[in-house]
Amino acid sequence: MLLEEALPVVAQHRGQNVVIATMASIGVWPQLADTPLDFNYLPSSMGLGLSLALGLALGQSRRGVIVLTGDGSLLMHLGALATLAAYPANVYALVMNNGIYEVTGGQALVGAKEIDFAAVARGLGFQRAYTFDTLATWTEQAGTVLTGPGPVLASLKIEPRYGQKTPRPPRPMAEQLRRLRAALSA
Amino acid sequence: MLEGPAVAAALRELGITHVPWIPDSELGKWEAALSADPALRLLRVAREAEAIGIAAGLLIAGQRPLVIFQCTGLFDAGDALRNVVYDLKLPLHLLVGARGQLAFERGQTGDTCPLFTEAIVQAWRLPYRVLGVDETAEVLVQELAPAIRGDQPRLLILPE
Repeated sequence: MLLEEALPVVAQHRGQNVVIATMASIGVWPQLADTPLDFNYLPSSMGLGLSLALGLALGQSRRGVIVLTGDGSLLMHLGALATLAAYPANVYALVMNNGIYEVTGGQALVGAKEIDFAAVARGLGFQRAYTFDTLATWTEQAGTVLTGPGPVLASLKIEPRYGQKTPRPPRPMAEQLRRLRAALSA
Repeated sequence: MLEGPAVAAALRELGITHVPWIPDSELGKWEAALSADPALRLLRVAREAEAIGIAAGLLIAGQRPLVIFQCTGLFDAGDALRNVVYDLKLPLHLLVGARGQLAFERGQTGDTCPLFTEAIVQAWRLPYRVLGVDETAEVLVQELAPAIRGDQPRLLILPE
């Protein structure tokens, strides 16, 4: 499936959850949702979105946190899945599995075609982990994936896009943080 | 060295809510006291950068975390530190154990950590202080309370 096809499904089922978009997703997500609960994590530290999401989820109980991460990002902090499993919170990790570092032009990831992220997540203690190879199955099951207790991991097979420009967030980080904090404390 | 119950009391006085950490042989001596404190939640992570990311999320959610890990973790977690302190501009507070520092000062170790701990902190331009070996846990309150009040980052180095 295309990133531009996968993310509207997230927008449809995100409910009242916070959404943290990272990396290539930031090129698409702001066109789908731009509320105070939508945090485009850029500038970022690659792979830190999962931990940021866990902190947000543990720091308040009213809203779950959906994090749109990449396979390259996840590989850089694979151990974060063990921490997510150890401290259950409503974090929904959606892995945009395209096999490349898209925001730097499309360089291949190590082992990308062989990694079963859902199996890795289960092995690290996730009770709910999924793989979706087609838009049809993702569309059919997204509502289930994005509700109920976390942590949840879903690996979405995304068509790689080459030659993309580095995305830009819709507003400065300080403004994003101010909006998100206000929304969380409202 | 600081004792666990006194550290727990100091963190309570500071209003610390969460401790994302990876304890080492010295910091780990505090675990029983910190775990027993109902006001604190210990969050053991797999790698130190995670502790910084979790702390960032907690800060955004209105909590007051203190990150604790060994200097080797500081060496490894530099990009997370850079992003959270300088891009997100969040007031990150850390307590870093300086492995081998005391033996190094006595000329009794070949551990290379003491060569780099303070230099790395300086490279990241973090406000910091090296704690003295005879100081009590009250120093944590003295050093961190102003930073917490002022929403400023602060790092304390604990020689081990």
